Amino acid sequence: MTVAVIRFGGSNCDRDTVQALESLGIDAELIWHEDSLPGDTDGIVLPGGFSYGDYLRAGAMAAHSPIMDEVRDAAEAGTPVLGICNGAQVGCESSLTPGAFTTNESARFQCEHVHVRVENADTPWTRQFEAGEVLELPIAHGEGRFEIEDERLAALEADDRVLFRYCESDGTVTPEANPNGSKHSVAGVTGEAGDHVAVLMPHPERVTLEDIGPTDGQGILEGFEA
Amino acid sequence: MTDYTATVTVRLKSGVLDPEAETTQQALERLGFELADLRSTDRFEIDLDAESADAAADRADEMAERLLANPTIHDYEVAVTER
Repeated sequence: MTVAVIRFGGSNCDRDTVQALESLGIDAELIWHEDSLPGDTDGIVLPGGFSYGDYLRAGAMAAHSPIMDEVRDAAEAGTPVLGICNGAQVGCESSLTPGAFTTNESARFQCEHVHVRVENADTPWTRQFEAGEVLELPIAHGEGRFEIEDERLAALEADDRVLFRYCESDGTVTPEANPNGSKHSVAGVTGEAGDHVAVLMPHPERVTLEDIGPTDGQGILEGFEA
Repeated sequence: MTDYTATVTVRLKSGVLDPEAETTQQALERLGFELADLRSTDRFEIDLDAESADAAADRADEMAERLLANPTIHDYEVAVTER
């Protein structure tokens, strides 16, 4: 099991992600986006950061990087893919996942801890949790507001493709607990190719190492375990 | 072949929140200006050679579809002039 963590120019959570995965006993390797995916790639992370300086729109340029064709093929073939923060923006811009992450309602960059509720516990990324369980995860983004057409959102909800929603510490979904104005408080969704592909704006890799503090992110990254 | 400039204007779909435009509007109001609403757009001016204005517009349209706009949140329009 080797997870390829793709480093774009401007990624800055790539090394943290490798370290977090390896702390869980999951083999991980940094892959430069101009290189090819290694033949033994069993999982892919699109990490956080500011690929291409967020030019045009966050994630828009990286979505057209040559390696993304390989990522799309791998996703179609069943390889688990997780997009985190900027990686979530790349995932949506490259149509791996539905919707778009755009400017926060506050028009500010926000770096804080939030609570999210597990909406669907029947995916690789959430099987360590119960549906309705509340996790505390950090966010750090200026463009994290989930936007999508109303009818497409209704279809996602009907198909149980919302992974997490922002919520209060007791699990209640309220406008106040929605840090960025995301539609229906959506913090993460599953992919077009299946539940093995997912994106989320919060950073599980920042709450995985036990030396640092809370470890609610471990269960999400354990989605890469076979 | 003729030289054209294709202008692609990308704007948020109606109903999609634009926090940057709202902040800009508030700043203008703080400066004492009176205004009812403000919308911001991105405008790309693309110089290209093409067989016809239609061919130039088609090429710019594809650029908008594939990169310049995100169809989930944006509408766009293309205008072509001879250069």
